[in-house]
Amino acid sequence: MSLLTVRDLRVVIDGLHILHGVDLDVAATGVTALLGRNGAGKTTTVKAVMGLVPRTGTVTFDGTDIGRLPTHRVVRRGIGYAPEDRGVFAHLSVAENLRLAERDPHPAYDLVHELFPELERRRGQPAGTLSGGQQQMVAIARTLLNGNRLIIADEPTKGLAPKIVTEVADVLARAAETVPVLLVEQNLALVRRVAGHCAVLADGRTAHQGDARALLADEDAARRLLGVGAHRPAAPAAPEGGPR
Amino acid sequence: MNTVVLLTCTGLGLGALYFLIASGLSLIFGLMDVLNFAHGALLSIGAYAAWWAATDGGLGFWPAVPFGVLVGTAASVLLELALIRPLYARPRDQILATVGVGLALPALITGVWGSDARPFPQPAALSGTVDLLGAAVPVNRFVLIAAALAVLLLLRLFLARTRYGLIVRAGVEDRAMVTALGIDVRRAFTLVFAIGGAAASLGGALAGLYFGSVNPSQGTGLLVFAFVVVVMGGMGSVTGAAVASVGVGLVQQFANYYTAAGLGDLSVVVLLAVLLLVKPRGLTGRLA
Amino acid sequence: MTTHLKRWWPLALLLALAAAPYSALPLPGLLDGPLGSPGSLQLIALCLLYGGLATGYDLLLGRTGLLSFGHALYFATGLYATDLAMLEFGLGFVPAALLGTACSVLLALVLGAVSLRVTGIGFSMVTLAFAQAGAILVQRNPGGYTGGEEGRSAPAEHLPDALIGIQNTANLYWIALAYLVLVLAVVHWTVSSPTGRVWAGIRENERRVEVLGLRPYGFKLVAFTVSGALAGAGGVVYLLLTGGATPQAAGSDATLALLVMVVLGGSGTRWGPLLGGVLYTWAAHRLGDLANSGSVAELPSVLRVPLSQPLFLLGTLFVAVVHLLPGGLAALPARLRPGRAARAAAPVTAVPEGAA
Repeated sequence: MSLLTVRDLRVVIDGLHILHGVDLDVAATGVTALLGRNGAGKTTTVKAVMGLVPRTGTVTFDGTDIGRLPTHRVVRRGIGYAPEDRGVFAHLSVAENLRLAERDPHPAYDLVHELFPELERRRGQPAGTLSGGQQQMVAIARTLLNGNRLIIADEPTKGLAPKIVTEVADVLARAAETVPVLLVEQNLALVRRVAGHCAVLADGRTAHQGDARALLADEDAARRLLGVGAHRPAAPAAPEGGPR
Repeated sequence: MNTVVLLTCTGLGLGALYFLIASGLSLIFGLMDVLNFAHGALLSIGAYAAWWAATDGGLGFWPAVPFGVLVGTAASVLLELALIRPLYARPRDQILATVGVGLALPALITGVWGSDARPFPQPAALSGTVDLLGAAVPVNRFVLIAAALAVLLLLRLFLARTRYGLIVRAGVEDRAMVTALGIDVRRAFTLVFAIGGAAASLGGALAGLYFGSVNPSQGTGLLVFAFVVVVMGGMGSVTGAAVASVGVGLVQQFANYYTAAGLGDLSVVVLLAVLLLVKPRGLTGRLA
Repeated sequence: MTTHLKRWWPLALLLALAAAPYSALPLPGLLDGPLGSPGSLQLIALCLLYGGLATGYDLLLGRTGLLSFGHALYFATGLYATDLAMLEFGLGFVPAALLGTACSVLLALVLGAVSLRVTGIGFSMVTLAFAQAGAILVQRNPGGYTGGEEGRSAPAEHLPDALIGIQNTANLYWIALAYLVLVLAVVHWTVSSPTGRVWAGIRENERRVEVLGLRPYGFKLVAFTVSGALAGAGGVVYLLLTGGATPQAAGSDATLALLVMVVLGGSGTRWGPLLGGVLYTWAAHRLGDLANSGSVAELPSVLRVPLSQPLFLLGTLFVAVVHLLPGGLAALPARLRPGRAARAAAPVTAVPEGAA
């Protein structure tokens, strides 16, 4: 039983076809990983689900069609979104960044402060002056403040130091105990650790869906679909083709 | 010395007028990327509504000003809801729509009240001069400056202390991300149009005081200078607009007086081009 | 038969227009006097001139996607430079006209080179600033050259006899017609040239042009300069038609009028800007007369006041076209055809409200 079902998702931006028909099922529990090489359309797919880019196709969330809803109403259905570039408001303070995300009458600040004690200490600091890892914490914290039914995190560990990657992974694993997570990730070690189900995109289409660990254990399939052995590529990730 | 004091006060008064136009313009552009060519027309609406209320309406000056602000605000909200909102997916067409409104509204005012300047009633309390350091400065200069300061203070409070102020500040940085937090940013759009319309129409009513009369093309004439202020101050920055208003008003007054007439206006406009060329990012400023 | 009609109607129309001065056809409502009368010819000539100006402006707006708010500057430069060359340097009309147009080209080249360093709305505002500076300069009458508010009349003694006097209106009319044909030819030729295809690419997506290894800047500057040259030549024709240079030609309203014409008619189409220019100019002149006519004067003021202001009607029509008819009047036939209309009306995709 999947919580989010995407069928034949297509995106055209400025005359460029970016997605040619993506199918995606996000499991109702645990972490679903969205994988693929750079430029395969992972970020565009999650943006299209969020309604941040013009899209066609069907997107069903918990039985209702959200494929035509504007972004803010998609979010209000209970989807928390931590975008690829973290989407932190650099000139606002940490507290203001969090306050902006409040939707529930009683936002879960206890949880956020327990997971990220640093954010509480730095609440008055402009978010733009935070380190990359701290900014990512702000982005994830914003999704945890409300009682979301799905969290979408787009490359939350990109560009982070290994120690911080572990920290973020811990938080995602902990969050996934109570709320399903759709995780776009290049770090396959992390995927192996947290993900159950996975989908692989190639050239704007779904190339594979199935069990994440099974895929990563199959060296041939992993190399064919992801272009790598089952470890993170050495070169730093280039930005994807889609617009910000 | 007398002349310097008088020029300073007049320049500050003019700067205050620019600020009343530019603050809203700046917020609207910063948040929505809409360069509102109808903003001058909103000023004219405020000016004529106040003028009408003070003369034909028989309200007297003091109630006429809030009346003008009310009408201007309503017109601005109507403009956003009816003409700008349906065009959100077509940013260039939004600007074109405001161009059309900017042409049509002054023409309508001309149709109703004629193209000649109408004398604006000056209440006795504001018609005299104040002796400041030996110069006789018209009281209305101080009224404008006080009004602009009050608007600046209110805007800063709004931006710093209210949830919608927070949404506006965040939206200036990244509008899409605001919606991705579940916020209907369109409400903030309507709100900044309301704020901009209110400030501009207040400017219109007070411009009647400053110039002594109202005419249909007054607002459009001031608009270009307001653009200069907005770009100088950084799009979306209210404090920047305030500082730039003062600068532009003073430069204009002093240059017009001490060099050939018109050179002040010219230098300010050329300054706009130079600024944009030297600092193209001036268009994507930040709120402060 | 119909394909022949489709192919040859522009030529037929051109011949009909060229023959108009010999016609005494009365067009009540459309024109005050018969077709060939000086008054009518003068109005049609202005319509044709603005049709040409709008077509030249669309080289920027519709063909290259550049929203310039300063086009009137190059029009006014051609107008004033030609007039002043005759008045101050005592040049004959033809050398003065060449000089005036050359001034426009040069100014467009220099200011275009500067303005195009910024993109998007920044470009629009820089062009606006330059044009506004020009307008202020003309208004303030530096050194008594521009004549300030009054403007300056063209010196009759420097103009050829065939271009002076009401009896020679037909000659001026033919010049305006020739100007329009020139603009249409230049625009058609440049747009279908390799450069024109790059312009189309820039309009669609500038970044993709860069990816192809081309520098959009140079191509945009060519468009800006050609468009400025056409505007300058239009200024010369305007000088002949109105017999003088007035500051209204330099004001920002003049640029906005061109913008309205182009969008009204249909930006980026072959005939749209021409249609818009003709319609706008005709309406701006005739609606004023209409308002003074008996039938309107008797209307209640709620109707009479808006009807008496051409700019109000045109501004409102413009807003309506922007909203309801994105392709302008030129897109109307295609819209009215069933099937196509339905497709054009239905948005293909859900559009995000925050992005864009």
